[in-house]
Amino acid sequence: MSRLAKGGQIDRSRPLAFTFDDIAYQGYFGDTLASALLANDVKLVGRSFKYHRPRGILTAGSEEPNALVELRSGARREPNTRATTAELFDGLEAASQNRWPSLAFDAMAVNGLLSPFFGAAFYYKTFMWPKAAWEKLYEPAIRRAAGLGRAADGPDPDHYEKAHAFCDLLVIGSGPAGLEAALAAGRAGARVILAEEDFAFGGRLLSEKTTIEDDTPGAYVTRAIAELKSFTNVRLMVRTAVFGAYDDEYGALERVADHVAVPAPFQPRQRLWKIIPKRVVLAAGAMDRPIVFGGNDRPGVMHAAAAQTYVNRFGVAPAKTSAVFSNNDAAWRAAFDAHDAGASVKAIVDVRTDVSPEITGGAQKRGIRTILGGKVVSTRGKTLGIVSVETGHGRETLYVDGLMMSGGFSPNVHLTCHHGGKPSWDETIAAFVPGKCPPGMTVAGAATGTFSLADCLADGGRKGAAAARDLGFSAADPTPPRAESEATGQKPFWWVHESKGLAFVDFQNDVKAKDVALAHKEGFSSVEHLKRYTTLGMATDQGKLGNVAGLAILAEVSGRTIPQTGTTMFRPPWTPVALAAFAGHHRGPDFRPTRPTPSHAFAEELGGQFVEAGPWLRAAYFPHRGEPTLRDSVNREVLAVRERVGWIDVSTFGKIELSGPDVGAFLDRVYINTFSTLKPGKVRYGVMLREDGIVMDDGTTTRLSEDRWAMTTTTANAGRVYQHLVFCHQVLWPELDVRMASTTEQWAQIAIAGPRARDVLQGVVDDAAAVSAEALPYMGAAETTVMGGVKARVFRVSFSGELGYEVAVPARHGEALARAIAKAGAAQDIVPYGLEALAVMRIEKGHVSGPELNGQTSAADLGFARMASTKKDYIGRVLAGREAFRDPRRPSLVGIKPVDRTQMLRAGAHFLKPGAKPTTGNDQGWLSSATWSPTLGHSIGLGFLVGGSAMVGEVFRAWDGLRGTDIEVEICAPCFIDPEGVRLRG
Amino acid sequence: MRYSLFNIVVNGLTGNRFTEPAWRAATPKPRYDVVILGGGGHGLATAYYLAKNHGIHDVAVIEKGYVGGGNAGRNTTIFRSNYLLPGNEPFYEWSVKLWEGLEQTLNYNVMASQRGIVNLIHSDAQRDAYARRGNAMLLADAGARLLDRDEVRTMMPFLDFDNARFPIRGGLMQPRAGTARHDAVVWGFARGADKFGVDIVQNCEATGFLRDRTGAVTGVETSLGPIMADKVALTLAGSTSRLTEKLDLRLPIESQVLQAFVSEAVKPLIPGVITFGAGHFYVSQSDKGGLVFGGDLDGYNSYAQRGNLPVMEDVLEGGMALMPMIGRLRLLRQWGGICDMSMDGSPIIDIGPLPGLYLNCAWNYGGFKATPASGWCFAHTIATDTPHPLSAAYRLDRFRTGKVIDERGAGPQPNLH
Repeated sequence: MSRLAKGGQIDRSRPLAFTFDDIAYQGYFGDTLASALLANDVKLVGRSFKYHRPRGILTAGSEEPNALVELRSGARREPNTRATTAELFDGLEAASQNRWPSLAFDAMAVNGLLSPFFGAAFYYKTFMWPKAAWEKLYEPAIRRAAGLGRAADGPDPDHYEKAHAFCDLLVIGSGPAGLEAALAAGRAGARVILAEEDFAFGGRLLSEKTTIEDDTPGAYVTRAIAELKSFTNVRLMVRTAVFGAYDDEYGALERVADHVAVPAPFQPRQRLWKIIPKRVVLAAGAMDRPIVFGGNDRPGVMHAAAAQTYVNRFGVAPAKTSAVFSNNDAAWRAAFDAHDAGASVKAIVDVRTDVSPEITGGAQKRGIRTILGGKVVSTRGKTLGIVSVETGHGRETLYVDGLMMSGGFSPNVHLTCHHGGKPSWDETIAAFVPGKCPPGMTVAGAATGTFSLADCLADGGRKGAAAARDLGFSAADPTPPRAESEATGQKPFWWVHESKGLAFVDFQNDVKAKDVALAHKEGFSSVEHLKRYTTLGMATDQGKLGNVAGLAILAEVSGRTIPQTGTTMFRPPWTPVALAAFAGHHRGPDFRPTRPTPSHAFAEELGGQFVEAGPWLRAAYFPHRGEPTLRDSVNREVLAVRERVGWIDVSTFGKIELSGPDVGAFLDRVYINTFSTLKPGKVRYGVMLREDGIVMDDGTTTRLSEDRWAMTTTTANAGRVYQHLVFCHQVLWPELDVRMASTTEQWAQIAIAGPRARDVLQGVVDDAAAVSAEALPYMGAAETTVMGGVKARVFRVSFSGELGYEVAVPARHGEALARAIAKAGAAQDIVPYGLEALAVMRIEKGHVSGPELNGQTSAADLGFARMASTKKDYIGRVLAGREAFRDPRRPSLVGIKPVDRTQMLRAGAHFLKPGAKPTTGNDQGWLSSATWSPTLGHSIGLGFLVGGSAMVGEVFRAWDGLRGTDIEVEICAPCFIDPEGVRLRG
Repeated sequence: MRYSLFNIVVNGLTGNRFTEPAWRAATPKPRYDVVILGGGGHGLATAYYLAKNHGIHDVAVIEKGYVGGGNAGRNTTIFRSNYLLPGNEPFYEWSVKLWEGLEQTLNYNVMASQRGIVNLIHSDAQRDAYARRGNAMLLADAGARLLDRDEVRTMMPFLDFDNARFPIRGGLMQPRAGTARHDAVVWGFARGADKFGVDIVQNCEATGFLRDRTGAVTGVETSLGPIMADKVALTLAGSTSRLTEKLDLRLPIESQVLQAFVSEAVKPLIPGVITFGAGHFYVSQSDKGGLVFGGDLDGYNSYAQRGNLPVMEDVLEGGMALMPMIGRLRLLRQWGGICDMSMDGSPIIDIGPLPGLYLNCAWNYGGFKATPASGWCFAHTIATDTPHPLSAAYRLDRFRTGKVIDERGAGPQPNLH
């Protein structure tokens, strides 16, 4: 066990059991999986992406590239989970990934031996011979070897929430700068949200041994949090990573229940926050970065800052005996902390020769050997055992099981880049610092490149107060708490040229220093080319660790400075976010709202089978016992309507109420035909075009009285037509006195169709005379009452071709109306009919619908040419006059029958001339709708054919290569029953 | 240098001693026969085919940043020819045929992989529309299969078949569609063009045009000085309108943001490309293991190469509705590319409209798949001053004549295509 006897912010009274690769271990409350594994001396935890190199724990944060595990199992399996951020809970199960057959012996590690051949971008130069082998052999093998963990076995059983939050100031990060910023703004009365990615507040203060106001950092954090909690205007959000700066809002992920085995009932696993702040202080801190040297990826090599965290925060010694390899003072302090906690530190190797006496004195005092101007050139051991050091006087071997590496700190500038701001290079700290920030964002503390604790505390307070003042709050710059003003002294150092063995820049993707040099040699010298060519920075840490070193090496090999070479850009998200969090509740049946029709419950009672029609659920058909197929039920329903009567809920049609003296003029401009001449109490069928002359929608509009009108649209275009009308009114013709509202939801509408429709209707209206043949002729409308006083509108219109009425009542009465109609029609043996029968009858009648109104057909294509008024202007008229619209080769609407009446037509077939080869050039059009007509006893269809009505009587082929049919068809007029319209006028 | 097994072994054994730049770092000459503005896939493919098919080697490709840094480097890497309309289908089918031999043509492994695409069907009306499309594909020799629900289920058992708001009822598959390594396509064409003597000039921004007294375009102003050219060809993707503005030329395009996303890498999960038919979501899995997915446009005009949360949410609602087992995978990176959306959703390849100028633009969000055929046809157009038969429908005057190619039937509203 490497658990230290005392110390750390873990609760030793609360042991937690967990497993890794099926072996049972124990940790404590407050541990991460990584700290608990280290405490149990588990050093080998993963395998790299390309070479399958053995890897250990490198960091203590979300930037971890190596220690990725599959957490949980089955449908809750989370691949690529960073052990360094996974909070330990009792019963946690984790497994290593990307290895076969086992973590300790991975057959794919042979890739590493072939690394001279499998260098950067080798893929592009090989696997091309023979041609077929890429897809058959190489690619499948590469795909199997690549990838990391395995996705879950089944649908995610947990649920996810979304929430919005608004504030004056969003503070990102709760280290010294973040706490001071939140305090300063909070004290001034600003509404503050403090978001912390970790499960504890404090940032670096959790990991460092220092003093603030003569007390421990922990005491300072406790006091600060207590004060913040006392403000009602401050909201503290722990376990909440702000992952992206978007336009006017920030995306944040709260891990609500990731620290328990299974979320409590009704508790979401995670919550996606959309935070809309007025100002932002980014206090995201800084990140320790690696040094590129031979064997820097061996388990046992760890960032010095991470080692310090494990020692101080988790009470774990990552190694029994360590060495240090660094270019800065912070790594020395980490070593001192480890030594003071009882973990032996054998030597500190520093590339610098001018380390301050204060720092070297600390080593002397502890008896730690120092090798200044030294470099680690290689490491050896299955896990780390041997470190070879170039001391300046020769090579020396250190026998250690831990190496604390630190290449200095890079400010976490990521969120500053999300609006396209480029970080700028600061030579004094050899790091990128924030450039142009998103609007309203300032950066505080170590994220600015100012690393000392005293500076971070002061800077945070200043920036928080400034943000509050900027918003009109009265806030003086606070007096910062007394703290150490320690130096970092980091010196640019990236790459040990004398390295022996593979020296990694990007750990997970196995990008080596040599790969960077090769990319440059092959001309990929732009930073973005380097990234894309070598995959540097494309792993799960998105280059947080390796990008700067990669850039520095590229600068060196190309003889440029770092600013000349480029910069590193970061895109959202800061840290990877579970996909389900973005979807929230919108999955499964709740993916989109479900709109039942008003008569839904009644249709269910009648055995209706439902089908999705856009957002609606509509009854498709009503099967009877003894009807083996859908077709049997539909045939019965159609014949019942044609011979007697049926009813159907048509409430899904879009309904728009228009009023005002100018509605007639308005409609004249949006419909191709004239409406201003329509008399009150009359209905007219209309067609409207888009600006480009193509048909947008069709439907009927009724003039209820002089200045009240009711429009219907197709179900599919209800929203679009309304949007169009509003646009026309508000943008094009605001001078017209027209008001409109969508009333699709307000009216239930039931159609009654069939020779006996009037009898049924008269059974539900209060005044039967109002709907008599004389009082209500075809295309007439009446406002009346039904069912004893319920306000109703009756339209005498027909989609089926039979005598037909549509009765509209306020939606809450819709179900009652349907029941009343069914009851009133019992004597006539009325049937409910569904969408299927409706579709059959409209094809029989030759009415166009969705497949014909597909956004590609003109009024003339659809046979509406004569409807178009020549006496007025309307939307689409001019562009519908263009050359292409007059092209005689333009396919137009025809009716289709199979020559052999026993054959079945299917929509989607293309028309070919007899004997023509099936080629694009021979294509004569397509069959848009087809059905079996029970009325005629054979299959019929509608389609678009070159030549259109001139081809009536000709024979073509309906070629359906997709389903292997090719049948002769006869072209006819697109109306199969009652072309004179006798029935509907009956 | 030709890439071969021998070459790999030698360089492996010698520590890459015998490698050379994939293409020369050229500085521009004062004059060329053809100057192509925009070093993305289309520009480089155009240069390659100008040299290879038409013997025109005196060509420069001028790139503001690094080659492939625009939409060629920001897409979801799919190629397919599952189009409906006769103006489109033969063109895209030729592109797929070029994809099929691109590695051997270029001696560069662009990792074209014909993993197939399945457009899912959720209603009878959708099946009818896809049947029409599938038959159009067969007429153009592109190959297509209509799958029933069980066939889809066998192929992709992980889709939500039992609990969906919009149940899956089948799919239209093009087995020959697939994905490629997008960056490698750029590099392969760059290297290929360079071998023919084409100058690839990076970090050189075109700032304006040289015109003669008649108004004809005679060259370009660049950050590295003026460059004369007999013919100036634009392959500028989302930057087209910004450059044509300098010619007082307004084009029927709008620039819109389209986002794309990639998840952390996981072991093989998804066989090919899948598109959801009841929402805005499509997905494939890269060779590295990341799920690569996208959806609808953000919906507003913008040159900012970033997207926003509402569309991310919309896309992933679709993703979770379709594949609820991906919920615990994590989003690794998102990016926004600028698409030049046209009034009919189809591209423009044309001569003019000014003398000396050649246009290749308006790829909407479908430019990647077109890369080889776009280069092939545009090179023909530039070299012969006549439209290539396969791209003859893509002329600019179609908006005047009405011969638009509106696959989606959305009309002249660019953000709906």
